[in-house]
Amino acid sequence: MARRVAIIGTGQTHHRSRRLDVNGREMIHEAVTRALADCELTMRDIDAIVIGNMDHFEAINAVDTWSVEGSGGVMKPIMKVTTGGTTGTSVAIAAYYHVASGMFDRVLAIGWEKNSESDTTGAIVTCSDPIWDRYSYSGAIPSLATEASAYMEKFGATQRDAARVALRERTHAQNNPYAHMHGRPLTLDEILDSPMLAYPIKLGDICPRTDGAAAVVFAAEGVAEKLAPRPAWVKANSVRHTNTWFGDVDQRTGLESLERASREAYAAAGIKNPAEDFDVAELYLPYSYAGLKWIEALGFCPPGGGPQFIWDGHTDMGGKISVNPSGGVMSTNCIGATALLRVAEAAIQVMGKGEARQVPDVKTALATGFGGCWWSDVFILGKDKPA
Amino acid sequence: MSTPELLTITSSDVGAPYEWSIGIYGSKFFQEIRERQRFVGIRCPQCGKVRVPPRRLCGVCFREMDELVYLPPTGTITAFSIVNYPFIDPATGIERPVPYTYGYIQLDGADNIFSHIINETDENKIKVGMRVRAVFKDVNEMEGNIQDIRYFEIERD
Repeated sequence: MARRVAIIGTGQTHHRSRRLDVNGREMIHEAVTRALADCELTMRDIDAIVIGNMDHFEAINAVDTWSVEGSGGVMKPIMKVTTGGTTGTSVAIAAYYHVASGMFDRVLAIGWEKNSESDTTGAIVTCSDPIWDRYSYSGAIPSLATEASAYMEKFGATQRDAARVALRERTHAQNNPYAHMHGRPLTLDEILDSPMLAYPIKLGDICPRTDGAAAVVFAAEGVAEKLAPRPAWVKANSVRHTNTWFGDVDQRTGLESLERASREAYAAAGIKNPAEDFDVAELYLPYSYAGLKWIEALGFCPPGGGPQFIWDGHTDMGGKISVNPSGGVMSTNCIGATALLRVAEAAIQVMGKGEARQVPDVKTALATGFGGCWWSDVFILGKDKPA
Repeated sequence: MSTPELLTITSSDVGAPYEWSIGIYGSKFFQEIRERQRFVGIRCPQCGKVRVPPRRLCGVCFREMDELVYLPPTGTITAFSIVNYPFIDPATGIERPVPYTYGYIQLDGADNIFSHIINETDENKIKVGMRVRAVFKDVNEMEGNIQDIRYFEIERD
């Protein structure tokens, strides 16, 4: 029987395009020290570390060992996890497993990326199959754009609908001092007028490349309550992978991995009506059209109902279910940290530490991860200890 | 200490060649293009679906497949994107020519989708649902790789 586990502290860097003042290890250290300070622990109190990034992005291929002076991992158990876009949620879920297993009481989860050091698109292209896909594949943006093209054709969604999602993310980011796009608001027209990168995705529809790190401290029942006045309890998590041939994922259907993962996690957490039952969601939405289609996969609204749900303001701050108070992935994308930031931000909301981006009285929060060949992670946190 | 000029170092432009095995069915796919300018897929004995390119395993059923199915060089666009930003192709080390259209095509007789290039970069002239036909290299130029298909072109009425 798994032990109950809670998040008791989080830390993150002030995310930027290019952090020339720190190397990767020093950047990791900033997030780690902030997470430890948040729960008033020292490195001595940490029993094990799970760390993740896309190591071939920076071409530093033994990141778990290379990073110890920043992660605090000298003479501690360390496990590295690398799963593409979901790296951060995989790190969170692996850290959860460490504690839930009963083997460790306090585990530090770290995600980071220094995108400025890499050719991100070139590195992502090498994630595609070298025989069949690499010749025509051109990285994350056109891959996502194909999904958008099929969704638009099926439901009549428009570039303006997508821009409304981008507007929400960028507006929310102005409340988050850590966000890469903090201090850089955009209007709907500016998003619509931004350059076309890969039809139908424009510059205003897509996430940035960010240097940043995030750290989250997980603790076992019996420990967590003593260390945090209001721990964020892990209520459920779930992982689903699709068949990894690009062509075996049919863009004309919903995002099946997210449908499956969310339904399993909802059942475990007792979620019946997600748009009503969650107070807040930190969703891995790497581009604007995902904010239309993937909320359908999550069951916030019926298939094709995404645009109306967005225009009605249900996902804005103060709406039925506030989505991405942090500004989301489209405002900060330090790839190995990105999905861990969703978990951290959901925990921040449950712990009531969100300051200007806080949603009032959060009891249940949803976080998701997304990666590579259309796979999905779901992570649910709550104020009350799970049954 | 006053802040010094913040420096970076750059890796040299090193090549690291790899050699990937295509396998029996993938090799057959390229051989069939060279000899008959048609495609070959493979049917799963459990789910009955025809997948292209042909591979030994149906990931969904976790079953081995061996029934080849020959397919015409035609199909339907299910999704596409017109790539408009330049980037260095890690396979060649040179900038990928843009714009080009990245297309998902359901080949006639296949149950999954095949990805390749479509030679139409005007967003007003391409739509999901349009019919396309593969254009192959001249046989004596073929090299047994995915570029033996030049691109797919839209079949206009």
